[in-house]
Amino acid sequence: MTRFIVRRLLGAIPVLFGLSIILFCFIHLLPGDPAQAILGQHATPERVAAMRAYMGLDDPLWQQYLRYLNNLLHGDLGASVINNQPVLKELISRFPATIELTVAAMLFAAGIGIPLGRYAARHAQSWSDGGVTIISLLGISIPVFVLGLTLQYIFAVKLGLLPASGRIDPRANLEIKTNFVLIDSLLMGRPDLFLDGISHLILPAIALGSIPLAIITRITRASVLDVTNEDYVRTARAKGLGERRINARHVMRNAWLPVVTVLGLQVGGLLAGAVITETVFGWGGVGRYVVDGIGNRDYFVVQSTILIFALVFLVVNLLVDILYAVLNPRIRYA
Amino acid sequence: MTTPAIPVAIQSDARASRGLWGDAVRRLVRNRPALLGLFFIAVFVLAAIFAPFLAPYPPNEGSLVNRLQTPSREHIMGTDLQGRDEFSRILYGAQVSLVAGVSSVVVGVLIGGTIGALAGGIGGKVDSVLMRVVDVMLSIPGILLAIGIVAWLDRGLPQIIFAVAIVNVPIFARILRGSLLSLRESDYVTASRSLGASGSRLLLRHMLPNSLTPLIVACTLALATAIIDVAGLGFLGLGPPDPRTPEWGTMLTDSTKFLRQAPWLLFFPGAAIVISAIGFNLLGDGMRESLDPRMRR
Repeated sequence: MTRFIVRRLLGAIPVLFGLSIILFCFIHLLPGDPAQAILGQHATPERVAAMRAYMGLDDPLWQQYLRYLNNLLHGDLGASVINNQPVLKELISRFPATIELTVAAMLFAAGIGIPLGRYAARHAQSWSDGGVTIISLLGISIPVFVLGLTLQYIFAVKLGLLPASGRIDPRANLEIKTNFVLIDSLLMGRPDLFLDGISHLILPAIALGSIPLAIITRITRASVLDVTNEDYVRTARAKGLGERRINARHVMRNAWLPVVTVLGLQVGGLLAGAVITETVFGWGGVGRYVVDGIGNRDYFVVQSTILIFALVFLVVNLLVDILYAVLNPRIRYA
Repeated sequence: MTTPAIPVAIQSDARASRGLWGDAVRRLVRNRPALLGLFFIAVFVLAAIFAPFLAPYPPNEGSLVNRLQTPSREHIMGTDLQGRDEFSRILYGAQVSLVAGVSSVVVGVLIGGTIGALAGGIGGKVDSVLMRVVDVMLSIPGILLAIGIVAWLDRGLPQIIFAVAIVNVPIFARILRGSLLSLRESDYVTASRSLGASGSRLLLRHMLPNSLTPLIVACTLALATAIIDVAGLGFLGLGPPDPRTPEWGTMLTDSTKFLRQAPWLLFFPGAAIVISAIGFNLLGDGMRESLDPRMRR
């Protein structure tokens, strides 16, 4: 098992290395001059040249890359062109918002998708199975921004049941400790703020979770159906085991494998979806930060955020692989 | 000598097989959801082609007197902030989505297919290197990669097409490589290799034609995501540089400020995106079922 984990960890290094090269090239080889971007369109050529020299943009590319890599390894992700704030500091303060949103979306997607998929598999080829298929088709076909805006319109504008945007009532004086609204409100001993945070979280989580919900439902249905047709399930039934026991011991144990894989793969989709969801719902997370960075042509913000997103995605995939090996001994010894 | 067992299903099927594609088409026209998908796609494509004839008003002309009108007999989908006819803009918007969606999938499949064919066909070191590149591309979440590319290459339809194409490249590469790898060990490839067929002949004549099926299904499904991604870029303000261009995602951005007064500005472009995406998803699912021999009943 340790060997497996070490092998997977080593496998992630070239990917990260390649990623750093690509992101470096993004800034340095494509049109647009970072020095010009920092100084603005009206800067004199002399000032731009001075800035280029100061930023080391006139050095050979390999030197620049090594410097960039060295900074990265020391946790220096550069500073925002707009307000000169270190990107890392900003990312750390914003990540809790994105984590809160993606975890809520994942809970929504898995919490509904897995039971729904199991239900559809047990009633395969029936009307209710058809209904579930339609729901999952809609889930993958409705873009996050269309669903988000529609939910806002129905539940915030028309019905007034839930807040349309933000993470918490702006009048609430929440003491920020962890930047997780739900945790901070509990630390303050304010259940009312906690509930307010939850009510702000519902619509964005549903919007963001709709695509994973559809995919998880589909995979769970297909996986349970596959396993149900296996010989060992027939054997279990033939030897007189109860349905509940067959489901728990024989079907679900084996059906989990593809579901776990897909749960892990969805994390990348959720991070990408968060970029748009946070824009729709005015959610002050990392996704919003990167969109603002693009609007401001803030190179380092965009570059570093993509790198961090990719890092998170790689780590999650690694964890999924390990969990997969725990669940399926056949993988470990392959 | 025993007679080979013939499955009952085949015995009872009076019609002879017409080959992979003939059979697939026959199964596809029997698949009702796929036909519905085809219908949605037909509506979408016809709207794009005949937009100049179908649109009651020019897409970029309107007067402020007519701004934010509710749907009526004159403007069946209402008017937008500048008083432009929403229905005409949706029709013209289909052109942008169709061109950008189809071209990005074509570019994506050309690049991804080449990578996949080289990796799966040659194998060895080439395979390892190319697959690491694909891993790197896969490590950046889809739309974020597209956002990054458009942000750096600057806004424009070719940039959007390229960005959305790049998102699909690793997916296509992996699919083609996977099916090529499974074919390399198949009996008929081994047979023609032992007959002395060259590597390129094996790849082009024998392996590629037989590994295209999953790629074609993936392309159809990718069209749905491509349309959504193009609209997503537009929604984030990275759409075509001319702000007057009728692009569905960009049109949705305008709706956000007037959700209360003009919900139709959300409803109609949103429905256009969803219906075309559903069309390609239904057709893709239907094609997968009809092309996959294991699904034959």
